Amino acid sequence: MTAKKLNMKEKYSLLTRDLDWEYSYRDYKEIFPQEEFEGIKITDWSKWEDPFRLTMDAYWKYQAEKEKKLYAILDAFAQNNGQQNVTDARYINAIKLFLTGISPGEHQAAMGFGHVGRQLGGVGARVACQMQAIDELRHVQTQIHAMSHYNKFFDGFQDFSHMHDRVWYLSVPKSFFDDARTAGPFEYMVAIGFSFEYVLTNLLFVPFMSGAAYNGDMATVTFGFSAQSDEARHMTLGLEIIKFLLEQHPDNVPIVQRWINKWFWRGTRMLALVAMMMDYMLPNKVMSWQEAWEVYFEEAGSSLFKDLARYGIEMPAYAKTAIAEKEHVSHQAWSIFYNYGHAAAFHTWMPTEKEMDWLSEKYPNTFDKYYRPRFEKWREMEAAGERFYNPTLPMLCQTCQIPMGFTDMEDPTATFYRQSEYDGERYNFCSDGCKDIFDYEPEKYVQAWLPVHQIYQGNCGGAEMEDVLGDYYKINLGVDNMDFHGSPDEERWNAWHNLPSAEDKLKQAS
Amino acid sequence: MSKAYIALQDNEESHYIVEAIEEDNPTATVIYQPAMIRIENEGRLVIKRETVEEKMGRDWEIQALHVNLITLGGNVDEDDDQFSLSWKQ
Amino acid sequence: MSIEIKTATLEPIRHTYEHTKRRFGDKPASRYQEASYDIAPEQNFHYRPTWQPDKELFDQSRTAVVMDDWNVHKDPRQYYYGTYVQARAKLQEVTESNYAFFDKRGFADRMPEEVRQKIIRCMVPLRHAELGANMNNMFCFSYGTATVVNQGFLYHSMDRLGIAQYLSRVGLLLDGNSTESLAAAKEFWMSDPVWQGMRRYIENVLCLEDWFEVFIAQNVVLDTLVYDLIYRQFDEKITEEGGSDLAMLIEFMQEWHKDSSRWVDATLKTTVGESEHNRETIRRWVADWQEKAVADLAPLAEIAVGDDAMNACVEVLNKRLAKAGL
Repeated sequence: MTAKKLNMKEKYSLLTRDLDWEYSYRDYKEIFPQEEFEGIKITDWSKWEDPFRLTMDAYWKYQAEKEKKLYAILDAFAQNNGQQNVTDARYINAIKLFLTGISPGEHQAAMGFGHVGRQLGGVGARVACQMQAIDELRHVQTQIHAMSHYNKFFDGFQDFSHMHDRVWYLSVPKSFFDDARTAGPFEYMVAIGFSFEYVLTNLLFVPFMSGAAYNGDMATVTFGFSAQSDEARHMTLGLEIIKFLLEQHPDNVPIVQRWINKWFWRGTRMLALVAMMMDYMLPNKVMSWQEAWEVYFEEAGSSLFKDLARYGIEMPAYAKTAIAEKEHVSHQAWSIFYNYGHAAAFHTWMPTEKEMDWLSEKYPNTFDKYYRPRFEKWREMEAAGERFYNPTLPMLCQTCQIPMGFTDMEDPTATFYRQSEYDGERYNFCSDGCKDIFDYEPEKYVQAWLPVHQIYQGNCGGAEMEDVLGDYYKINLGVDNMDFHGSPDEERWNAWHNLPSAEDKLKQAS
Repeated sequence: MSKAYIALQDNEESHYIVEAIEEDNPTATVIYQPAMIRIENEGRLVIKRETVEEKMGRDWEIQALHVNLITLGGNVDEDDDQFSLSWKQ
Repeated sequence: MSIEIKTATLEPIRHTYEHTKRRFGDKPASRYQEASYDIAPEQNFHYRPTWQPDKELFDQSRTAVVMDDWNVHKDPRQYYYGTYVQARAKLQEVTESNYAFFDKRGFADRMPEEVRQKIIRCMVPLRHAELGANMNNMFCFSYGTATVVNQGFLYHSMDRLGIAQYLSRVGLLLDGNSTESLAAAKEFWMSDPVWQGMRRYIENVLCLEDWFEVFIAQNVVLDTLVYDLIYRQFDEKITEEGGSDLAMLIEFMQEWHKDSSRWVDATLKTTVGESEHNRETIRRWVADWQEKAVADLAPLAEIAVGDDAMNACVEVLNKRLAKAGL
C-alpha cells in the first residue's frame, strides 16, 4: 500500500478537530455551562480557523529545544556571576518589579487559559487555549528561574509571591488579571488573548527586552525572547478569536467592541508601570516609552484596527487619551513611586543630569515644562539630606487601583478626577476610561480589594506603617525599600566593582 | 496599505531565514535592533520553506520558525510550504 | 589620601526565595521547588467569578476533600515545565522513529486483516476517550488551588491530547492515510454497543463539579482499568494473533502510563493520608465509579481480550488503591 501524503491542514484537522464528538448521554450545555451567559452567540464552532497547527509531538520537540537553550544560558549566567555585568545596579530594580508585578500575571494567565481551554465548546479553540495555558506556566516558571540568581545577590525579589497578594501597587496587575479571570470565557479571550496579547504585550516584551540586552542582563533577555517565541502563537490566537466572534453573529459586534474598549484601557493603565521601567529604570536606553508606543501601538494597532474595520470594529475608545498620555505617563508614574519610595519593595531615585537631558530630548513637549523642575527640586532636597517621601496614604482609582496622579490632558498640571455614586457610596476614578468600566458593572468593581481602604480598615497587619510594610507586606525595611542611594544593593555593587562606598564618599568630601 | 512585519532573534539560524525573506520579498525592509531583527513589508510578507532550505543547505520545517520568532503583525497563514503575514487593508 | 582597595565579595546574601525557605529551610532550593511551591495567589481576591459567584478564584471549596495545606503534595517526577517538555521530547523522538519505521517497512500490510480490523475497533476509538481525558484534566488544572498540584494536571491534560493524536496516527498508519479507519473508529465510538458504556461514563465525568472527584473517576479508576486492558492485555492478545508490530505503535502509551502513574499514585496517597474525612470521601467516589466503570468496560474487555480480562484489570486497580491506603 502506498500511503497518500496528508498536508498539514488535513492532518491537523484529523488529529484535533476530528477527535470531538456529538454528546448524546449528556446535554451540550451541561458539559459547557458557561458558553451562553455573556450574550455571545456562537452558531457554528466548525467555522473556527486554527491559528496555528501544532500537534503535541511537535510542541514537545520545539519547546524542549527552546528550554534546553534557555537553561544552558541560565546555568552559564549563574556560574559566571553574570549579575556583575549589568550596566548599573539601579537597573536590577526594573526586574524586581517584573518578578513581583508581571510574573504572577503569567501564572494567572495560565489558569485563565486553562479555564477557557476547558469551557469553550469548540475543540479547535479549546486546544489552542490549552497550549497557551501551558506556555504561560512556562513563562512564570522560567522567569522565577531566571531571577533566582539575582535573588541571591540583590534585595526585593525574595518574597514576590507573598507580596503579589498584598502590596499596594501590585494590586494593579493582580486586579487586572482577577478581573479577566472572573469574566466569562469569551470576555477573557478578548481581554487577555486579544487586547493584551495582540495589542499590548509587544510593548512589554519587545522594547523592554531589547533594553535588557542593552543593559547586559543576559538572564532576562534570554527568558524574554524565549517567551516571545511563544507569544507569536498567542497573538495569532488572539486575532483569530476576535475574527471568529465577529463572524459568528452581528449581535456579537457591540459586545466585543465594549470589551475591546474596556481591556485596552485597563491594559494601558497597567502599562504605566512598564513605561516608567523603560524611561527611568534602564541606564542604557534603547528607545523612549513614547517611541515604543508609537511603533507598537500607534503603527501596529492602526494596521490591526484598519483590518478589523470590515467587521464594524473601531479603534478602542480612549485610544486618543492614551496617545496624548504617551508624553506624560512614564514621568507621572515614576513621580508616584518616587513619592512612595519608602513603601515599595524596590528602590527609586532621581535621574542623573545626563539622564534628564535624554528625557528632555525625547520628550521635548513635556519634560522640561512639567517634570524637570520638580525633579530638580527633589534632587536638591536629597543633596541637602532631605530626600522627599510622601507620608500620606494615596487615594486609589477604584478600577485600575493606581494612586490618583495622572493629569488632565487638556491641562497637564491638574490631576484628573472623576466620581460615581453607587448604592449610596462614592467611588473615585483616575480617568473617564476607568469610570466607564465601573459604571457599566458597578456590582463587580465595588468588590475591589483596594489596598489603601484595607489598611484603613485594619486588615493589613495594624495601624502603623511598619506593621503594614514590614509585617504584612514582608518588605525588609531599610533594605528593600527607600532610595537606591544608600541601599545595601548599592553598597554591594560598589564593593564588587571597587567603587567608593557612600561612606568613603562622605569621608572624602570632608 | 499597512505593513506586515516579523521580528526574529538575532542568531545564526535567523540570518539564513532573513536571507530567504529578502529574496522572496524584494521590497521588504530589514532593521537590525539590539538582539533582534525586524523585517517589514507593505501588505504582505512571506517565508518559503524551499528558499530557507536552500540557504541553510538542509531540511527545515516551517514550524521551526517559532523557535526564533519574537513577534509578528498581520493575519497568519501557515502550511507545509510557507508562512505568510498579510493585511487585507 | 590612601585608597583602600576592597576585595570584591561575591558571597550570596540568601540561598533561595523566602517561599521556598519557609517550606524547605535556608538552603539552596531546586528549580522544581522554586517554581512549584507557594506561587499561586491565596488571598485578597478582587472580584467573584461571574460564572460562579458563590466562590472566589482559587477557592478551596471546589472539592469536597480538604487539605490543611495543598502545598504538601509532591510530584515524584519533579516536573516543572522545562523538565516536563524535555522528558516528553525524548519519548516522542523514539515514537517518531518507531512510526516512521513501521510506515517505511509497510508493517501494516503484513498484519493479518482481522488483527488490523480488531485494532481499529478496539483501540483506535480511544482517541475520543483521550480527548475526554484531556478535558477532564484541564478541568482539574483550572479549579485546583496549589500550583504544585495543578501543574501535574496541566501536563497530564496535554499528554492526553498527545495520546489522542498518536492513536489517530495509528489509524492513519493502518489505513494508509485513507482516513477510513478514523471514520470507522468514530462510528464505533458513537454507536457500537461495545463502546457506549465508556462513552456514557466519560460524558458523565465531563459534567462533574468536584475536580478531585474528576481525578478519581478519570485518572484513578477508568485509566487504570483501560490502560491495563488495552496497553497490556490487548497488546499481548494481538501479539498472539500475529500483530506483534502493534507494540511499536503503543510504546509511548506504555512508557507514559508508567511515568504518569507515579504522579497519580503520589497525589492520591497524599490526599487520602491527610484525614479520615478524605479517605472516606475518596473511598465513596472510588466505589461509585469503579462499579460503573467495570460494567461499562466489560463488553469492550470481552471482545478485545476475552472473559477474564476485566477481572485482571480490577485486580490491578485494587492493588493500586491498596497502595494508596484505600
